[in-house]
Amino acid sequence: MSLHIQDLHATLEDGTEILKGVTLDIPQGEVHAIMGPNGSGKSTLSKVIAGHEGYLVSGGTVTLDGGEIFDMSIDERSRAGIFLAFQYPSEVPGVSNANFIRAALQARLPKGGEIDAVTYYKNLYAKMDLLEMDRKFTARAVNEGFSGGEKKRNEILQMMMLEPKYCILDETDSGLDIDALKIVAKGVNAMRSPERGMLLITHYQRLLDYIKPDRVHVMAEGRIVRSGGPELALELEKHGYDFLKETALA
Amino acid sequence: MTTTAPQTPAVFPAWFAARQHDAWERYLATPAPKRGDESWRFSNLKQLDFEGFSRNAGVSPASDLISRSTGLKKTAAKFIFSNDELVHSESSLPQGVICLPLAEALVSHGDLVAAHFMKQETRLGSAKFAAWHEASVSNGLFVHTGENAEIEGAIEVHHWISGANTVIFPHTLIITGKNSKVRVIDIFRSADDITPGLAIAFNDLSAGPNSQLDYIAIQALNEVTRIIHINETSTARDASAKGFILNIGASWARNECLSRLEGAGSRSDMLSVSVPAREQEYDQRTFQHHVSEGAYSDLLYKNSLYDNSRTIFSGLIFVDRDAHHTDAYQTCRNLLMSDTCEANSMPGLEINADQVKCSHGSTSSQIHDEEIFYLQARGIDPTSARQLIARGFSVEAVERLGDEATEEFVLGFIDDKFSHIASGGA
Repeated sequence: MSLHIQDLHATLEDGTEILKGVTLDIPQGEVHAIMGPNGSGKSTLSKVIAGHEGYLVSGGTVTLDGGEIFDMSIDERSRAGIFLAFQYPSEVPGVSNANFIRAALQARLPKGGEIDAVTYYKNLYAKMDLLEMDRKFTARAVNEGFSGGEKKRNEILQMMMLEPKYCILDETDSGLDIDALKIVAKGVNAMRSPERGMLLITHYQRLLDYIKPDRVHVMAEGRIVRSGGPELALELEKHGYDFLKETALA
Repeated sequence: MTTTAPQTPAVFPAWFAARQHDAWERYLATPAPKRGDESWRFSNLKQLDFEGFSRNAGVSPASDLISRSTGLKKTAAKFIFSNDELVHSESSLPQGVICLPLAEALVSHGDLVAAHFMKQETRLGSAKFAAWHEASVSNGLFVHTGENAEIEGAIEVHHWISGANTVIFPHTLIITGKNSKVRVIDIFRSADDITPGLAIAFNDLSAGPNSQLDYIAIQALNEVTRIIHINETSTARDASAKGFILNIGASWARNECLSRLEGAGSRSDMLSVSVPAREQEYDQRTFQHHVSEGAYSDLLYKNSLYDNSRTIFSGLIFVDRDAHHTDAYQTCRNLLMSDTCEANSMPGLEINADQVKCSHGSTSSQIHDEEIFYLQARGIDPTSARQLIARGFSVEAVERLGDEATEEFVLGFIDDKFSHIASGGA
């Protein structure tokens, strides 16, 4: 059981190729990290998996526990168990956080299914407490007027509530101060489970001090150019990305 | 157009009969709006053909309409009218507050009605239809709070139209005394979904010194019914008036809202949410008239347009010469939910005083793909995602009502409309 990416190619609408044959396997129970310089295709990979329509898949496959996901719409992929924590989450004016998460949970129920409000709020508050989020965030419009850190915490809150099978966190550490980073990491670590796979996309080793990955992959120019254990992140921190570019070109 | 003079019931006072007679003459003498009239710019004048409409006694059984007149859980008073005839009333209002069907108030409190009934000139285009209303009106709601009366809960009024080609002329006259507070909700509905009707409705809202007057109109008529709804509000010193209009029904609705800030330090909030779909057209004209200094007005109109629907917004902030230190704002926002809908906006501003803060603006936009992507990435299907965003867009204006029960009630109508749209209806 895994989220498996096989020789994935994707282009922008103008034909520019961003992903040039990515192969990656994220088994249940493991946390993988993708590192790489700006423009290497990390965020594109996350969006292509989620189904963003700004990219065209020109080759390869992505399977979720064996099932092809490119036949599914964006929302179907989410309901099937893929969760993308956005680097830049959208604001949804006029829709309270509580109602938004509830709508997302409702979407997972069979037609006519109802969410028990008491259980829902109990669960929501427990998760918010863990993420040290004030209760007022339940009534506030989704991400509207939130600071960068609050938005990232809110992404983790949604992830915790939706309990996906595979989580992709796109630069969740960007814009976070160290205290916020620790809180977010606490939320992510609480989600680690033998039944769940995670893919962390990050520029920096810093995040991996708090969320220990099982595997680290380095992406450059649209490909995974190197994979290894957690020590690879430390190596990158020490030497920078330049030596890896050479590997990619070789 | 109707050419038979309406008969004033003999029980009504002589002054009222004279007013109705004069109004009828004025109605006949006033030309119908024509192409080129600024106040009807962009309007579909074909909608003004009211040939064949007449008054009818209540056609639907009163018991049926009463049982369907669901509203707030708790009200201060409730009135139900069927084709302008009172079929039900209940009240728990404190002593001293006069709250009566207009037909009754004309008889028992004729002088009070006379002092406030249709005092302002209708200047936003519908002078002819205001005259028709004045000549024909026979009922509605009359509220006179007296001084220092804070009414808990809303006064809820249901106006039903039934029977083919029926015209109704509901009138709402509210006078708040010094330091008093009242909220009135008018709900306009049709007895069925297929019978054409017409409503020529008029409000006189007079907020006394330091009082608070909230008025909410919910227009949920069937889609073969039309409505002209004229709203005239005045605010005395330090008074606060809030007017909210929800348009979800009718084939065509024309709203004319004039707010006259007569007292220093007074405030007027003019709010509206419209969700037209299919071929529905909503035509809204507003006027924020700052007569006195140091007054505040804030208009927020929000339209979510589906299918081939159309909206027209024309608003003017007018600041008189002596109305220094005015704060006046006007915003109309259109959310275009289809490629074939049409939103026309004409915001306007005329300032004749010094040291004023005014802004006006209008925007039209579609939902960004990134917003939809975000909601879909949480498992919400695109139709529901768009609906959730459009609902959220409307909420900003609804929340300004500042009363949770009323907000929920209004949102219930909006949700009904959205689910109707989602199911392929309108």
